[in-house]
Amino acid sequence: MTPLDAVAARPDPFRLADGEPGAEPPSSPDRGRGPVALASKYSRIFRIALIERMTYRGDFLFGTVLRFLPIVTTILLWRAIYEGSGQTELGGFRYREMVAYLLLTNISRMFSSMPGLAAGIAREVREGTLKRYMVQPLDLVGYLLASRVAHKVAYISMAFLPYAGLFYVCRGYFDGFPDALTLAAYAVSLILAFLVGFFFEATVGMVGFWFLEVTSILYIVMTLNYFISGHMLPLDLLPQPWAGILKVLPFQYMAYFPAVVFLGKVQGWSLVMHLALELAWAVAFMVLARVLYKVGLKRYSAFGG
Amino acid sequence: MSIIEVADLSKTYRVFQKKDGFIGALRGLYHREYKEVRAVERISFRIEEGEMVAFLGPNGAGKTTTLKMLSGLVVPTAGEARVLDYVPAERADPFRRQFALVMGQKNQLWWDLPAGDSFQLLREIYSIPRARFDKTLSELVELLGVERLTRQAVRELSLGERMKMELIAALLHGPRLLLLDEPTIGLDVVAQAAIQKCLRDYHESRGVTMLLTSHYMRDVEALCRRVIVITRGTLVYDGPLKGIVERFGETKLLRLQFEDDAPEDLARFGEVVRREGPAADIRIDRGRVSEVLGALLNDYALADVSVVDPPLEEVIAKVFEEARLAHDAA
Repeated sequence: MTPLDAVAARPDPFRLADGEPGAEPPSSPDRGRGPVALASKYSRIFRIALIERMTYRGDFLFGTVLRFLPIVTTILLWRAIYEGSGQTELGGFRYREMVAYLLLTNISRMFSSMPGLAAGIAREVREGTLKRYMVQPLDLVGYLLASRVAHKVAYISMAFLPYAGLFYVCRGYFDGFPDALTLAAYAVSLILAFLVGFFFEATVGMVGFWFLEVTSILYIVMTLNYFISGHMLPLDLLPQPWAGILKVLPFQYMAYFPAVVFLGKVQGWSLVMHLALELAWAVAFMVLARVLYKVGLKRYSAFGG
Repeated sequence: MSIIEVADLSKTYRVFQKKDGFIGALRGLYHREYKEVRAVERISFRIEEGEMVAFLGPNGAGKTTTLKMLSGLVVPTAGEARVLDYVPAERADPFRRQFALVMGQKNQLWWDLPAGDSFQLLREIYSIPRARFDKTLSELVELLGVERLTRQAVRELSLGERMKMELIAALLHGPRLLLLDEPTIGLDVVAQAAIQKCLRDYHESRGVTMLLTSHYMRDVEALCRRVIVITRGTLVYDGPLKGIVERFGETKLLRLQFEDDAPEDLARFGEVVRREGPAADIRIDRGRVSEVLGALLNDYALADVSVVDPPLEEVIAKVFEEARLAHDAA
């Protein structure tokens, strides 16, 4: 019997007896509107993205370890700078604090960096895989957010041990552990850093609706971000008015801000205000990403999909 | 209510004209020239619930653009489309829950995961009750003979197996309307037949409406009674498959079997397509069948004669070619 005959020989499997649970109309459009269904949908996306991440765990671990190498050279560089300058304090940072700051910005970036997000959106537009989100009752931004949270959870839990080891080795650079309240504020600032980072990159990715090739734009944005987020050095080191300007912009929340919260350099009202501002930026980018997505889709479907 | 109603639907794209060479590319930076391409021009048709319709036309005829307009991916420039009583371009959620679009060259399954995981995701996306999902999935998996493959990463599947998974993915939520763009492209004959069989069975039992484009006449003959032919964005035929041959097939094929070797002067009756030993095929105009047959029977000793329509593919190719010539002349 050929495979074809085998297919043909089967009884019709779609015929449903009346009263069977499956015999309802093929699809009822009103299903799945409630918040529970919605939460369930995006938690499924989360779970699947998590499994997908785990398929490449070798690459994953390797990438994590590789990230430590630049940290070592940065520490050596700053030691040379402090020794050369002959000063004990630069921009309000002592040498030990400076190293602690730079280690902490790595934690900030662990939350706020979104490798491949903007480029991924642009690719979906260019290659037409975006259609899927247009045809199915599925929202692109929500989908990307759920899978990005999954990626982050996978990444952070796998990188936890290596990072704990690194911080243990470098414990001499820290003045003990911050108090519980500061730690709580730090946690909040990191979660918001994730949201600011996510919606910022999503916004950048939407540019793909207008320009087919976005690699160079992305390169400029990411390089600039490395500097203006304070990942490279504390913003306090810059002369005025630059330091002041950069501290109003959203980019500091992706690296600088959580680090100085941990170091206890922002406290009291100033801390509360900055957390509120960080939230406001997250919301602003969320709205911007959504608006650009809507306008972009309109353009996309006018130009041929 | 018709499931698809299309009236004077048109789509015009603006395409950027790129100049040759480096200087041309530089000039393009400042001064862009656009050309208007009329992909679809004022086509109208209706499709009733439960119909299975094939959409035929050469490459670039506007088939895919029309499917995209029907599924809400492309906004029409003019005219009106109503699908399942919705305006597709608005992409309302209830509308999106009731149809599926399968594009033979695009995949919607997660590449690195087993298809089974993608199916679970679709269950959530479409909020399909678990009992119904399990039932539908096991039926589809059995019908397509892919029981053992749902736990294998999609990237490890063959093209045919992947297409079957795509089809399952599209049918899980029980769509009322299925739009298929080249569902069997690149597949071998066995896989093609399996896909056709699945579509036919599904159609018969669920009464789902289907509109499909294909370049394989085999698909069309196996599945659709009605065909819509468009060339260069315009609708040139809408009716039963057989009608195409009657309407556009201007010739007939005479299959002759002589008692002795076939004579050499057959060209005086019509175009000799084949001459081997006692057998010969001649193509003649429709209107001359009786006249030519009479003359042949008069002049030669014939063992057997049959008059057949030319192959569908040939007729369609001719329809396409004529449309092209007419368009170029205009």
